Amino acid sequence: MKHQALPQAEHPPQAPRKSKNTHRNFFQRFAAVPHVVWTVMFIVAPMLFVFYFAFTDAEGRFSIANIVHLSQYTNVFILSIAFALIATVVCLLIGYPLAYFMSRQSERAQKILMVLIMLPMWCNLLIRTYALMALLDNGGLLNSLLGKLGLEPLPIVGSYFGVILGMVYDFLPYMVLPIFTAMTKLDKRYIEASSDLGCNSWQTMTKVIMPLTLSGVVSGVTMVFVPSISTFYISQKLGAGKIDLVGDTIERLFQNASTYNVGAAMSLVMMILIIVSLAVMNKFSDEEGGMVP
Amino acid sequence: MEKEILISLRGVSKAFDGETILDNVSLDIHDKEFVTLLGPSGCGKTTTLRIIGGFETADSGEVFFDGKEISQVPPYRRLVNTVFQKYALFPHLNVYENVAFGLRLKKTPEEEIKQKVQEMLAMVNLKGFERRRVTTLSGGQQQRVAIARALVNHPRVLLLDEPLGALDLKLRKDMQTELKKIQRQTGITFIYVTHDQEEALSMSDVVVVMSGGHIQQIGSPVDIYNEPVNAFVADFIGESNIIDGFMLADKRVRFSGHTFDCLDGGFAKNEPVDVVVRPEDVDVVPADKGMLTGVVSSVTFKGDYYEIIVDVQGFKWMLETSDYAAPETTIGLYIEPEAIHVMKKSEFSGQFGDYSSFSDEMDHLSDISEEEEE
Amino acid sequence: MKNFLSRCYIGLIFFLLYIPIVVLIIFSFNESGSLAEFSGFSFTWYEELFHDQEAFSALRNSLILAIISSLIATILGTFGALGLHRMRNRYVKQAITTVTNIPMMNPDIVTGVSMMLLFVAVAAFLKTHELFGFATLLIAHITFNIPYVMLSVMPRFKQLDKSLSEAAQDLGCTPSRAFFMVELPEIVPGIISGLMMSFTLSLDDFVISHFVSSPNFQTLPLYVYNQTAHNVKFSMYALSALIVAVILVILLIVNFAGSAADRKNKKGGR
Repeated sequence: MKHQALPQAEHPPQAPRKSKNTHRNFFQRFAAVPHVVWTVMFIVAPMLFVFYFAFTDAEGRFSIANIVHLSQYTNVFILSIAFALIATVVCLLIGYPLAYFMSRQSERAQKILMVLIMLPMWCNLLIRTYALMALLDNGGLLNSLLGKLGLEPLPIVGSYFGVILGMVYDFLPYMVLPIFTAMTKLDKRYIEASSDLGCNSWQTMTKVIMPLTLSGVVSGVTMVFVPSISTFYISQKLGAGKIDLVGDTIERLFQNASTYNVGAAMSLVMMILIIVSLAVMNKFSDEEGGMVP
Repeated sequence: MEKEILISLRGVSKAFDGETILDNVSLDIHDKEFVTLLGPSGCGKTTTLRIIGGFETADSGEVFFDGKEISQVPPYRRLVNTVFQKYALFPHLNVYENVAFGLRLKKTPEEEIKQKVQEMLAMVNLKGFERRRVTTLSGGQQQRVAIARALVNHPRVLLLDEPLGALDLKLRKDMQTELKKIQRQTGITFIYVTHDQEEALSMSDVVVVMSGGHIQQIGSPVDIYNEPVNAFVADFIGESNIIDGFMLADKRVRFSGHTFDCLDGGFAKNEPVDVVVRPEDVDVVPADKGMLTGVVSSVTFKGDYYEIIVDVQGFKWMLETSDYAAPETTIGLYIEPEAIHVMKKSEFSGQFGDYSSFSDEMDHLSDISEEEEE
Repeated sequence: MKNFLSRCYIGLIFFLLYIPIVVLIIFSFNESGSLAEFSGFSFTWYEELFHDQEAFSALRNSLILAIISSLIATILGTFGALGLHRMRNRYVKQAITTVTNIPMMNPDIVTGVSMMLLFVAVAAFLKTHELFGFATLLIAHITFNIPYVMLSVMPRFKQLDKSLSEAAQDLGCTPSRAFFMVELPEIVPGIISGLMMSFTLSLDDFVISHFVSSPNFQTLPLYVYNQTAHNVKFSMYALSALIVAVILVILLIVNFAGSAADRKNKKGGR
């Protein structure tokens, strides 16, 4: 039995066959259609309505009066941005070391701490805020204890401090969890390698751990900043109705049909504000750590 | 003994994204043979296998199975089964259910399934593993499940796509023997894809050497090793010294400034040729007794032999010999006429068979890149 | 020493994090309606809560809404992920993913008002005032749940070994049969986690619901909001305490069951 390379068959060039076996049948090809339709109807269309309302007056005529009108809310915007920034920074300052220390505990302890950090996250924001208010309110436990000690009551509820405290308290777990996850995913050998190469523990922290957990920080910052800048329940409760933030204003404007247009304009501005600040942060973190989540 | 042709490719071409992978390939595969498609990464061997399995459709050309054209037959209606590169076992099913998968689709009675699966598991030495999850098995065991899963359907042809690539060396050798045994026992045609020439030579009835989308040579392992058709095959199958020479007459070839007797003929007078000499076929003799002389440039101890690189008039030869020769000494080379194989010049001439830049490390590097194939 | 300090820090933060919750739970058993002083143990506020029909109907509404919206979101999201996964055009794929994720990126209040404006416009078009209620809540909840379903299902599709489907076809499955027999089982864990995530998000949502509901269809968070809007109500402390307890039990079960399953798997692996 002898094998020979076969003479190459003469074949006229054919048009490429349509590949039958592309692993896509009719069903799979159109599986996304309901989703796309839903997305267009209930995500894209509502966004377009925000634009529409923002740039029209009550009669539906094009107008930029709503945007112009927003200038009288300048202080509200500044206050909201300031509060959200402060709350985010404080959460980061408290949360980063917390996540770091948590990640250095035994596996068993980590598991328990995870449950403890997730429990408040799973509780409704209303409940957390309400609980904090119960503690800090003028007639609350803290002030009654202070009274018994003969001290002046602390008027926390209704103050700027109270609102920021509420934001920090409510959103701290959202900062801790992603950083903690990034920490636990960090390969211990990097830390060993850096100390092997002569880093002291502070240098290891700043040169190895921090850059490698930056992606966690970015998502933590996002998850604290966005709800902080848009909240209205926290400022209603812990601000005792005396402090107006962007969220409160939007909420109020949408209670009356005649102010929908201004409300839409305000929502639009806030959305753009958030997109810009997130974009800046992402760009900054990309350049700094080169971490792309 | 001439066996009937089972699978036949006629002028098959295939391109991906404008890059030609197979260029007008024609190939006959006979029934009950162990055929190996051998070649470096990107040579088109896996694509050929996938066209036979029905996972790719050729751009042009025809594929015959038992005399019938099957280009448009989907994989689930072909009488072939496949052992995939990384096994592709179904992780949600246990060993038994993985093997029984094909039988269940054919609505085989439960009793028969049970009997056949047990039979298969016994054949691949996995008795008692029925209830194990496939994710808990070792690589070698997963491999056996994959073979059992394919063979239990009694296909006419079993396609194997580098099935041993992920196993370590020792296990690979054992599985080679076992696969060969299974093939003989079942009488099923095996089409085996590999880039490992040793594997190909030790297992196959027929080796198909491929490169650049073309078939370079088809033949028995012995033929391919002893009579490579061109420099590519000579170099790819084992180590070879490939030297430029020319035929003075039939059975007289001149290279490296010496005229040798050889066994080849049929060339024109003074036709330039490629001369292949296997490293193990060169005898080391004292310098004054050699047909050629050269200076030893390096010696590596390989366990059962020494690998010696010798500089003969600027061309580096590789020798494999049990005689030690010290570096920088001059030795003689003695070559028997049977050891000389003369090939016609080809597109590959001059690309292979010189060991001046040879190092073990380079060999390993190219191995790694081959593993990442397709 | 270092370890001791770090444990002190962890202890302090968790102490501060839990004080308000613990105080709330304790005072939910306070017989007098005061937050200043614990005067005696009683179930008064729990009794008041259990006699509140509104609370029960809010709970029922929340559960119905969460079940239906999470199921629909899971179906839409899973098929959406399948379609996206098989889609060839990278740009279309990217565009759809980005748009889908808008509700996840946007602050809830913007998602809420945008949907409200859509419904307002549709109501004006249909000349009806009855639009807001269960239907609008359902649509809103499905919409904000879909990105989370995709988030947990999509990686499963990406991890799918292409040769699994080929192996099934090799053994006699048609392509769509191969999908159901060998690919779907690989996706299912992602679908289940997406479903659970949607269910909890839907139960938990207040802000978006606030903008698209009507007074005659209240969910539990909306009920809490309305009850706490003006004055302190101790039955709300009782309700909060119950919710915290339920969540704690669920978290413990999930974690405990999870680690038990892990141990079982490891055992099988030996």
